[in-house]
Amino acid sequence: MELDAIFTASVFASAIRLATPYIFAALGETFAQRSGVLNLGVDGMMLMGAFTGFYAVFITQQDGSLSEPLSLIFGVLIALIVGGLMGLAMAFVSVTLKAKQGISGIGVYLFGLGLSELLFQQWVGTPKSVSGFPRITFPILTDIPVLGEIFFHHNLLVYVAFGLVPISAFILNRTTFGLMIRAVGQNPEAADAMGVSVTKVRYATTTIGGMLAGLAGASLSIALINLFQQNLTAGQGFIAVALVYFGGWRPWAVAAGAMLFSFVNALQLQIKVIGLDVPSEFAVMAPYVITIIALAFASKRQEQPTALTKPYERGE
Amino acid sequence: MKKRQLIILVFALAWAAIPSMAQDDAFRVAALMPSAINDLAFSQSMYDGLLAVQAELGEEAFQFDVQDSTYIVDDAAVALRDWAASGDYHLLIAHGSQYGPIVEELAAEFPEVSFAWGTRQDTFGMDNVYSYAAASDEGGYFNGVLAAHLTESRVIGLVGPIEVGDGKLYADGFANGVASVDADIDVNIVFIGSFSDVPLATEAAETHIANGADILTGTAQMVVGPIAAALENDVLWFGSDSSQDELAGDIGVAFQIYKWDVLLLDMISKIGEGDLGGDYYVLTLENEGLVMEFDQDFELSEELQAVAEATIAGIVSGDITPIPMLDDDMADGESMDDDMDDDEEDSED
Repeated sequence: MELDAIFTASVFASAIRLATPYIFAALGETFAQRSGVLNLGVDGMMLMGAFTGFYAVFITQQDGSLSEPLSLIFGVLIALIVGGLMGLAMAFVSVTLKAKQGISGIGVYLFGLGLSELLFQQWVGTPKSVSGFPRITFPILTDIPVLGEIFFHHNLLVYVAFGLVPISAFILNRTTFGLMIRAVGQNPEAADAMGVSVTKVRYATTTIGGMLAGLAGASLSIALINLFQQNLTAGQGFIAVALVYFGGWRPWAVAAGAMLFSFVNALQLQIKVIGLDVPSEFAVMAPYVITIIALAFASKRQEQPTALTKPYERGE
Repeated sequence: MKKRQLIILVFALAWAAIPSMAQDDAFRVAALMPSAINDLAFSQSMYDGLLAVQAELGEEAFQFDVQDSTYIVDDAAVALRDWAASGDYHLLIAHGSQYGPIVEELAAEFPEVSFAWGTRQDTFGMDNVYSYAAASDEGGYFNGVLAAHLTESRVIGLVGPIEVGDGKLYADGFANGVASVDADIDVNIVFIGSFSDVPLATEAAETHIANGADILTGTAQMVVGPIAAALENDVLWFGSDSSQDELAGDIGVAFQIYKWDVLLLDMISKIGEGDLGGDYYVLTLENEGLVMEFDQDFELSEELQAVAEATIAGIVSGDITPIPMLDDDMADGESMDDDMDDDEEDSED
């Protein structure tokens, strides 16, 4: 079997598509964790973003109240708002009420899972498709052999996800807000002494994390798959949390982890499609095994934010 | 008298005769399902079957409760135990092969309660357990034959869940159906390792299309993703388990539909007679537990119509064997057909 039958342009393009929701969700989680909040409710927020974004597009396209582009923008806004509200709820429970972050995150996840299912059953019923974000065709660029298929034939949200990587890195490493986030996550007492509101920063990052999780869900339901079904995310939010550890809380490395995981996933699909004699069980396991191995090495190199999972109480 | 009418009559007579379990009440069933009742696939097929039974017998005579989206087996165990302990139900259905160990355990604990589970042909040797399966290789073969006539690229993609059960049967039947028309057509098969991972199933479909597939097919509840991918890429779709024509629109061709009501009616009748289990069922085209339907939007040519009819006739008559090596195994599954045929003959006598 020729290697070029395995490593085709479509495999790389597939990896980029698969990585998109992970990048959105993991970047949002990076902001939250860098400030000291472990949000395990990402998957629930993704589900709510996926459903509400889908539903906004579904009803506006069905009754024709908005043009197709406007309905998609409306869907994105709704997903951002709903995700942000769930982030606020997570912040209220973990920052204000100082609940155990792991447990409250699982609660948020279950809430999102259940509510998205309920609303879907009540408002939509059976799976229905919408006209989602179309793939963009760039003049000249899309026609470039190999590179055109890999990089220049995706929908808008794919480019937004990858565009957020340098923006997130810049915010975290080069701005005052980023400095406050890192300070609050590393040494909240010192940050507080310097006049930084630990509570406000953690509320802000958890809300941003929720918004990006909502957008991650919407990237599935109105851009990559264009429909909603119960538990659509299939646990992607939990993988996103693992990718933050994988990337050592650095946006570029987090995105690299998402790409590695997605590339191995795309590769195992290609291997099966072209009929390579690899047991399907091994192929299915491959992305997870490789990610775990990489995580084991990566975790030795990085130290997590010192205050991660620890509620802040002034004077303690 | 048609066999369905006969079963209903037997059910009515038997049910009136038995004194146990609230004779005035309806026959009550509780069913566990791994996914949503509107998944356009496996769970919906059973839900539709229960609705069909209720339509046949009437709401006063037949009532059912459903707990769907029970993909966590531990949750299923709790629900099934509660139902069994309540004594409110005449039949408990665990609709998913993953529920087998729970059924085996609870059936021993509650010998007076009738259980049914599938898709497997295994009653654990218990007198209060029915099991059921679908000869999905038959519908797979049918779809494969038609797909082979329709493909232009001569590449067809299949997205399956886990390489077991009726998903595996369907895939093997489909591949054999294609090969029976033209062995040189490529049938690329991907089992994604999950019944519910819609994003991965979608990407598997995209991978098929990128490798030249102009026809897609698949089984289980995650196929809504591949259908969406087929829609976006204007690729034809063949489905299984339930009708998917509403979602598939004008890219849908044909669907294999599980009519679980066929076996449920027989099972209910037997329970009414006091047989709580010990038998298993297989849905086939012959016993009309499997039905092939064309998408409403698909324009069926006369030539293809003839091919479709000949294929079904061949499978029903036994001239076509979708998976030859399964011949012996599936022969046991004809027990329900035999019973039902015997009943039919008796009535005619």
